Amino acid sequence: MSSQDNPEENLPAEQEHAPGAVTVADEKNPFADPGLPPHEHRVQDIDEQAAKRSERTVALLFTVSMLATVGFIASYVTIGIDTSVYVWPIGHISALNFALGTCLGIALFCIGAGAVHWARTLMSDEEIADERHPIEATPEVKAKVMADFKQGAKESALGRRKLIRNTMFGALALFPLSGVILLRDLGPLPGTKLRHTIWSKGKLLVNMNTNEPLRPSDIQVGSLTFVKPEGLEEHDHDFQTEIAKAATMIVRIQPDNIKDKQELEWSYQGIVAYSKICTHVGCPISLYEQQTHHVLCPCHQSTFDLSDGGRVIFGPAGHALPQLRIGVNDEGYLEALGDFEEPVGPAFWERG
Amino acid sequence: MSTTTTSESRSRGKAPAGERVADWADGRLGIYSLAKANMRKIFPDHWSFMLGEVCLYTFLIIIITGVYLTLFFHPSMNEVTYHGSYVPLQGQLMSEAFNSTMHISFDVRGGLLIRQIHHWAALIFLAGMFVHMMRVFFTGAFRKPREVNWLFGFLLFVLGMFTGFTGYSLPDDLLSGTGVRFMEGAVLSVPVVGTYLSFFLFGGEFPGGDFVARFYSVHILLLPGIMLGLVVAHLILVFYHKHTQFAGPGKTNNNVVGMPLLPVYMAKAGGFFFLVFGVVAVISAIATINPIWSIGPYRADQVSTGAQPDWYMGFSEGLIRVMPGWEVNFAGHTLVLGVFIPLIIFPLVLVAIAVYPFIESWVTGDKREHHILDRPRNAPTRTAFGVAWITWYMVLLIGGGNDLWATHFHLSINAITWFVRIAFFVAPVLAFVITKRICLGLQRRDRDKVLHGRETGIIKRLPHGEFIEVHEPLSQEQLHTLTAHDQYEPAQIGPAVDENGVTRKIKASEKLRAKLSKAYYNEDSQIPKPTVEEYKEITSGHGHH
Repeated sequence: MSSQDNPEENLPAEQEHAPGAVTVADEKNPFADPGLPPHEHRVQDIDEQAAKRSERTVALLFTVSMLATVGFIASYVTIGIDTSVYVWPIGHISALNFALGTCLGIALFCIGAGAVHWARTLMSDEEIADERHPIEATPEVKAKVMADFKQGAKESALGRRKLIRNTMFGALALFPLSGVILLRDLGPLPGTKLRHTIWSKGKLLVNMNTNEPLRPSDIQVGSLTFVKPEGLEEHDHDFQTEIAKAATMIVRIQPDNIKDKQELEWSYQGIVAYSKICTHVGCPISLYEQQTHHVLCPCHQSTFDLSDGGRVIFGPAGHALPQLRIGVNDEGYLEALGDFEEPVGPAFWERG
Repeated sequence: MSTTTTSESRSRGKAPAGERVADWADGRLGIYSLAKANMRKIFPDHWSFMLGEVCLYTFLIIIITGVYLTLFFHPSMNEVTYHGSYVPLQGQLMSEAFNSTMHISFDVRGGLLIRQIHHWAALIFLAGMFVHMMRVFFTGAFRKPREVNWLFGFLLFVLGMFTGFTGYSLPDDLLSGTGVRFMEGAVLSVPVVGTYLSFFLFGGEFPGGDFVARFYSVHILLLPGIMLGLVVAHLILVFYHKHTQFAGPGKTNNNVVGMPLLPVYMAKAGGFFFLVFGVVAVISAIATINPIWSIGPYRADQVSTGAQPDWYMGFSEGLIRVMPGWEVNFAGHTLVLGVFIPLIIFPLVLVAIAVYPFIESWVTGDKREHHILDRPRNAPTRTAFGVAWITWYMVLLIGGGNDLWATHFHLSINAITWFVRIAFFVAPVLAFVITKRICLGLQRRDRDKVLHGRETGIIKRLPHGEFIEVHEPLSQEQLHTLTAHDQYEPAQIGPAVDENGVTRKIKASEKLRAKLSKAYYNEDSQIPKPTVEEYKEITSGHGHH
C-alpha cells in the first residue's frame, strides 16, 4: 500500500538490475543455467489506476467479510433452531445451519481472498534468491562435539564403574513395569465369558419388537423374527452387553427342506433358531432371503445357509452360525432347551 | 540495528510503543535474532506446496471446533431416554453420548454447524495428508535431508486415521457402533492375547460401559497431543531445511528462490487459512455429514445396510471383506487367519510407502542433500512404485465398498470380491509396468524437445515440394530446465579380488543392491538425457528440423 505514497517505486526503471537478468547464452554449454529471468512488472506495478482498482477490490472483500459476520450474528439471533428452508438443489435443510455456515464461510473466505489478492497484486512479486547452508556440521565442530562428549563420558565414569551402569540400566528398565501393572484393572479377565450367553433351558423366546413370548403358530414360512431371552429388558443395566451375545433370529423352514440332520433335531416343526451375531467380526445379521433361506450380514456380506446348519456359503466368515436348540413348553410357547453349545460371534484364540 | 534505532529515537524522545514492546520481548526472548533469520525468509511459490498448508489449517480448524464440541459433549454410556427436540427419536433409550450429540445438533444454535465443520475438516485433513504425501513422494522431496520429516508426516497420517476413528465412534450411533464392533472382532482374532486385549480395551465384554469415555480421552487428549507435537516438529524442520524447489533458471541446489515471508508469504499463507476455513464452513452449511439422527443410537443387535467407515479407514475394510474366512483349529485353540491376516496387512500397506525413501537411498547410495525436486517422469521406478501403491490402496478401497459398488453399478458382489482378490496381487504390478513405460515415453519426448525443438504445428512447403513441420528451438531457460536432472549409473559390485590378490566375500546385501540399482538405472529404466555434444551436432547441421 505504501507504493501509493511513493509513485517513483512504480516505474519499471529497475528492470535491468533484476538479479540474474543476464540472458546471454553460454557459447560452450547451451544447457547452462541462464540465471533468474528478469522480473516482469505487473500492471499494478506500472499503472497506479490498476493498483487503485486492486486496492478497492481488497477493501471490498474485507468489507463483505464484515457484513457476513454481521449476517452471522443476525442469523443466530433471528432464525429459529427448528426452522427449515428449501435450498435448490439441496432440498429442505436447517435454515439456521445454512445461514450460519454460509455467513461464516463468506466472512472467512473473503478475508482469505482479500489477503491473497493483496499479496498477488500489490505486494512485490520480485523473486529473491536465498543461499542454503549445508546442514552437516563442519569437521571442526564435529571434532569439538566428540571431544566434549568423550570428556563428559569420562568424567561420569559410566564406562569404568560398571556396577553403577548395570544397576542403573536395571532400575530404568524395571520401573516402567509399574505403569504396565496399573493397566491390569482396565478390565476383567476373559475367563469363559465369551462361551456363554444368558440363554438357558426353559427361557422363553420373546419377540424383540412386541416383547411377547412366541407360539409356533406365530412363525410363518418365509418370515424372519428377532428374539431375545425372556427376562432381558431394554432398560437393564447390562442389556447391550447381553444382547450383543444373546441376539437370536428364528425362521421357519419346511422340515423336508432342512438338509442338516442335527439342525432338524434342534428345530421345532421346522422352526430353527440361530445366533444373530455374525461369526466374522460380530455384526448383527439382518437380511433374509426367503426362497433360499440364506441370511446375509450387511457389514461384510458373509452369507449363511439357514437350511444347512448355518453353513457359510459366501464372504469372509470362518465358521457356521451357532444354532439354539428350541422346543415348546407346557403352555405352548417356544423355549430354549439350553444355551448355545458353542461360542457365538467372532472367533477367538480360546474358542477351539 | 536496535542500538541505532534506540539512539535515534532517544534524540526524539520515546520510541514508538510497538518498538518498546519488541525491545522488551527481545531482552527476554531474543526475538530480534529470530526475526533476522526468519522475517524475510524465502518461500518458493508452487501450487503443490499448498497441499501441506491445507493439512495444517484443517488440523487447526479441527482443534478449534473440537474444543467447542467438548463444552457440550458428555462422554458417557449411561442409558437415558431422549426428550430433545428431534421428534422421531423421542422416548428412545440411548447413551448419554448419543443424547448429547443430539443436543449439540438440534438444541445448541450453531452446534450442528460446528459438528459438521469438525467432521468435514477431519475428512479433508486426511485427504490433504494423503495427497500432500503423494506430492512429496512423486517429486522426491523425501530425500536427504528430509527423511525424518517424511516419517513425521507419515506418523501424522497414521495417527490422524486413528484420531478420526476414535472421533467418529464417540456419538455412539448405530453406524459407528458397528465400526467399533468390527474393531473388537478384529482384536479378538489376535492369537493368544486377543480376548485379553479386547476385555482390557472395553472394560469387559463388548460393548460394556467404558469405551466412549476411553475413546474420548484418546481422541481429545492423547492422539491430538502427540500430533500437535509432531506438527510443530514438522514445521520446524520445514523452516530449518527450507523449501524444495523445481529445477529452473536461477534455481540451484544451493539456493532457494521465491518471495519473502514478510509480507508476501505471510499474506498468502495466512489468507489461505481463511480460504480453507471458509470453504469448509460453506461445505458444512450445505452438505450434511454423519446425520446420527437418521442413523439412530447404537444397539448391539441392530445394524443398517451399506455400513461404511470414513474414507481413510476404507482400505482396511476392503482387506477384511475380501479375505477368505480361514480358521485353523488345533489343540483347543483357534487361529482366526481370516481376520488376523488383514489385521497384519493393514499396517503393512502403510509401512510399504513409509519405508520407500530409505530403500531408495540405500539403492542409490546417494549421500548428497537434495533440494531440487524431481519431475516424476525422471524417476520412473519411484513413480511406478508410487502409482502401484496407490493402485493397491484404491483396489482395497473398492473392496471396502463392495456392497455399494454392487448396488450402484448393478454388479455381482461375488464378482467384485473376486476382482479385488485378484487385483490385490495383479493390479499393482500392472500399474508399475504401465507407469514406468509412460515415464520413459515422457522422457523420450523431453529428449526430442531438447534436441529438435518444440513442434510448432506450422507446416512449411519447401521449394522442391516437400512439406515439413517447423520446429522451434527451445530457449536456454527451457533447455536448462529439461536437462537439469541427475541420472544415476547402476551401482557396480566392487572387485571381488583386491590388489593383493585376496578374494573377499561379496555379501548377499551387496548383490541385491547391485541388482536393484541395475533395475532402477539400466538403459531400460531411463532414457539418457541429451548431451551438449548431441545438441550441438544436431543444431549445427543443416536440414534437421
